[in-house]
Amino acid sequence: MAENIMVAGYYRLPIVMVAVNRTLGPPWNIWADQGDTLMLRDFAWLQFYCETNQEVLDTTLLAFRLAEDRRILLPVMTCMDAFIVSHTQTETDLPEQDGVDRFLPDLDLPHRMHPDEARTLGGLTWPHEELSMRLEIDEAMRRVPDVYKECRESFTETFGRDPGDVIQTFAIEDAEVVLIVSGTMATTAREVVRRRRAAGEKIGLVKVKMYRPYPEAALREACQSATRLAVLDRNYAAGAGGVFWQDTRAAFQGHRDDVIIQNYLTGLCGGDVTPAVIDEILVDIASRSEPGDPVWMGIENGGETLQ
Amino acid sequence: MNATAPTVSHTDECLLRPGNTNCGGCGMSVGLSMLDRALTEAGESCSLVIPACCGIVTAGAFPTTSYGVPTIATTFASSPAVASGVASIRDLNDEPGQVICWAGDGGTYDIGLGTLSAAAERNENIIYICYDNEIYGNTGGQRSSATPAGARTTTTPQGKAESKKDIMTIMAAHRIPYAATLSIAHPDDFARKMSTALSMKGMRFLLLHSPCPTGWKSEPEDSIKLVRMAVASGLFPLYEVFNGATYRINVEPDGTDPTEYFQRQRRFADDEIDLAATRRACSDRMQRLQALVDQFPRCDTNSR
Repeated sequence: MAENIMVAGYYRLPIVMVAVNRTLGPPWNIWADQGDTLMLRDFAWLQFYCETNQEVLDTTLLAFRLAEDRRILLPVMTCMDAFIVSHTQTETDLPEQDGVDRFLPDLDLPHRMHPDEARTLGGLTWPHEELSMRLEIDEAMRRVPDVYKECRESFTETFGRDPGDVIQTFAIEDAEVVLIVSGTMATTAREVVRRRRAAGEKIGLVKVKMYRPYPEAALREACQSATRLAVLDRNYAAGAGGVFWQDTRAAFQGHRDDVIIQNYLTGLCGGDVTPAVIDEILVDIASRSEPGDPVWMGIENGGETLQ
Repeated sequence: MNATAPTVSHTDECLLRPGNTNCGGCGMSVGLSMLDRALTEAGESCSLVIPACCGIVTAGAFPTTSYGVPTIATTFASSPAVASGVASIRDLNDEPGQVICWAGDGGTYDIGLGTLSAAAERNENIIYICYDNEIYGNTGGQRSSATPAGARTTTTPQGKAESKKDIMTIMAAHRIPYAATLSIAHPDDFARKMSTALSMKGMRFLLLHSPCPTGWKSEPEDSIKLVRMAVASGLFPLYEVFNGATYRINVEPDGTDPTEYFQRQRRFADDEIDLAATRRACSDRMQRLQALVDQFPRCDTNSR
């Protein structure tokens, strides 16, 4: 299947795919883990990770507008945690059709096939030709933050509700420790941060909504005051650690070397990310003088299973 | 935007343009010309959907193309799915023309079978033509499940142990409106069946026996002779199936012995083909088909 997901990106097809993030087996597991879409991160798709049912709905609408914009013309995945979002019901505001029609103009695909035009799409190209097409994709990806901003403003104006920025911050001003999270664990982490702030601790939160392209500049700007970043990953790239962590480290590389960026693998394979887990992470990050290997949270019995 | 490599557009010309680089004696190329003639005679236009196979190599390199009709390249597994989409958009927009999948046996019998079955089950309004050269041709000649028993390929250097998959029975079992076999040695039969297919709606599956001198290790000038012998001996019968139920044999085998068919292809070693078993298999195949013909009353079609 993955090969055809790549095709959608390289054919510049503004497809929107709503994906439920489930653990990939074996062994069989039906709970939340972002690994199934994060493994597609290099496929010329935009990716958004959502926290609530409402955000999934709003982001899906926004995704069509963004994907179909002539400056972008790339497919978009709207992702949500299995069960925590996908199998729960919450009160969700459904926009009226006329608003949606105003927000989403008819698709005007520049390279659609016409019966009377004998064009061959996707045949053999030479390396230098295909290279320029990759560059066009890269340029489109670089335009995403600005076009997203436009779409977000238009959405807010049309529907009277903010679909959320590419990163969303909470209590970030003067924060020394910042939790970097995605998806549903943001809700729990926000509550932990709120309590800690009330107790006078300089802790903040960044929820990363857009994963591709990774909002590097926005992230650096949000974390200006921070010296410690705890990146929580509900995913694991075998042999490399958490995926959000890798991209966060890359975002700071060459910009700041005075910040400890530590990875915590938590909630993967469908585990719960509870306030206690986040408290544990905050204790760990506070005690560090330098970053180390990714920390696996919630491992029982010393991790022995292959007996 | 050129990111999808759309090629230069021309109109009012043949489906397969002169100057392509296909091999001499290529049955697929002859099949494309016959398809073109059938479309022209029916006054029909078409779009081609072609998965990975010699058919898309035929297009040549960007920005040129050997195809004189709209053509889209797909992955190995997805041409029936893509064609379903193209046909749906065509119907929604009330646009003319046939959507035709043009796929090799690797993309049909093996890698694309799942999406082919799905499109057949949905009775998508497409024509699927498999040009069956019984080998993965453009990748260097590996065995497919369409490769006949005994054939040596790069992955079966001792000769293939298994026999050829019966794709026609699989497609007929989907009870699609039309399934038929084609041979470039029988152009009248080819034209009539294309005409039948073009006059129908829904999923139409056509299996073209497509000689491949490169893979079959045969002489290019023998191509048509070889597939004629395949029909005459009962190795590749010409028949058609309506709605998965009504069978008709179009060319009765004339008792031609298959020995020469094997001898003229160096992919078959003399001592690796059990000719007695092959004769029995041909006879059994024709008997089974005849039984299917006799089992049901003939349906009323526009064909003779």
